[in-house]
Amino acid sequence: MDFSVLTGNYETFLHGFYNTILASLLGLVGSFILGTIIAVFRISQVRPLMWFGTAYVEFFRNIPLLLVVFLFYYGVSSLVGVTLDGFNAGTLGLAVYTSSFIAEAIRAGIMAVPKGQSEAARSSGLSYLQTMRYVILPQAIKLVIPPLSNQFINLVKNSSILSIVSGFDLMYFGDGIATDTFDTINTYIFVAMFYLVLTLPLSYGSRVLERKLARHD
Amino acid sequence: MDFAGAYSGEFLAFLLQGFLITLKIALISIVLSFTFGCLIGIVRYSKVPVLSPVLAFIVEILRNLPLLLIILFSRFALPDFGIKLGPEGAAIVALTVFEMAMISEIVRGGLGSIPKGQIEAGRSSGLTYIQTLRYIVLPQGLRRMVPPMVSQFISLLKDTSLATAISLAELMHNAQIVIGHSYNYSIPILLLCAVLYFVVNFVLSMVSRRLESKTA
Repeated sequence: MDFSVLTGNYETFLHGFYNTILASLLGLVGSFILGTIIAVFRISQVRPLMWFGTAYVEFFRNIPLLLVVFLFYYGVSSLVGVTLDGFNAGTLGLAVYTSSFIAEAIRAGIMAVPKGQSEAARSSGLSYLQTMRYVILPQAIKLVIPPLSNQFINLVKNSSILSIVSGFDLMYFGDGIATDTFDTINTYIFVAMFYLVLTLPLSYGSRVLERKLARHD
Repeated sequence: MDFAGAYSGEFLAFLLQGFLITLKIALISIVLSFTFGCLIGIVRYSKVPVLSPVLAFIVEILRNLPLLLIILFSRFALPDFGIKLGPEGAAIVALTVFEMAMISEIVRGGLGSIPKGQIEAGRSSGLTYIQTLRYIVLPQGLRRMVPPMVSQFISLLKDTSLATAISLAELMHNAQIVIGHSYNYSIPILLLCAVLYFVVNFVLSMVSRRLESKTA
C-alpha cells in the first residue's frame, strides 16, 4: 500500500475527519432532543399531538436522507431567503432524519414496560412525572440504548451525505484528493480507514453494552 | 414557491423517468442482495471452518462503512482493477455488496433464534444437516426475518438516491436538474419526490405487516 496519499494530504484528511465527527455529534444531540419530543407526542393522550408525532415519524422514515438534506439545502433558501451552507443543511438534515428513528426507539422502549408497572406506581401515590422518572424510564432506557447506539453508528456513516452538498466532510475531501492525485484506490482505502476508526469501536461497544444490559434482566 | 411551473408536463415526465430507474435499480439490487445475503447468512450460521470467519470479517467491514463510499469506490476505483462499470452497473454492485452484508446479519440472527433443541431433534430423527436446515430451521427462521428484511428493502430503496453522486439518472438526480432551473421549484419538486418514495415504502411496510400477521 502506498502511504504517499496520506502523508501528502494528511491535513486535508484530518480537516474532513474533524468535520465528520462534528456533524455526527451535532446530529446526535439534535436528533436525540427532537426524537424525545416526538416520542412524547406519539404517546401523548392529546390527539393532535399524537397525530403530528405519527405523521412526522412516518414521513421522515420513509423518504431518503438525501431528500431531507435537499429540503434544507434548496428548500429553505426558496422559502425564507436564508441560504444554508452544505455543512449546516447536511447536519440539520441528519438530525431531522435520524430523530424519526430515535423517536420510534424511545416510544417502543416506553411501551415495552408493562402497563401494570405504571398502574402500581400511580396507585402507590406517585405522580405521573414521578412514575416516569422512577419507574418507567429506568426500565425503558435499557431497551432504548441498543437501538440508540445503532442509530449513532448510522449517523456517522450517513454524515458522508454532506459530501453531496459540499459539506466539507471526510468523504468530500477524500473525493477531492482522489481527483487531484489520480490515486483513487489508496485514497478511498484511507477514507474507509478513517470511518472504520469511528464505527468499529462504536459497533463493538454497542454489542458489549447490549450483552451487559441483557444479563441484568 | 412555484407549483404550476414545477409540475409542468415536461418536468413530470422527466421525474417519472428517474423514478423508474430508481425502481429498476432497487429491484435488481434487492434480488441480488437477498440471494447473496441468504447464502452468506447460512454459511455463517453453519460455522464452516475458515469460510465463516472470513465472511464475518468482510461483513463487519462492509457494515461499518458508509454506502456512499462503496458507491464511489465501485464507480471510480474499480476501473483501476480493470472493472469498468457505468453508473447503473456501479450502483447495482455497490448496493448489492452493502445490503448483502446487512441481510446476511438478519439471516444469521433469524436462524440463530431457533432453539438448538430443534436442530438436535431433527438430527437425531435421522435428518441430515442440510435437511434439518431446509425443513426445520429455515421455515421458522424465515418467518422471523420478514419484518427486518422488509425494513432493509425500504432502506435499500431510499439508498438508491445516493447514486446521484455518480450521476445515475435516478429520481433525486433528475430532481436536482429540475431544481437547477429555478430554486422556486425546489419545495414542490422535493415534496413530489417524497410522495413517490413514501408510497412505495408504505406499501412495502403494509405487505410486511400482512405477512407478519399471517405467519405469526
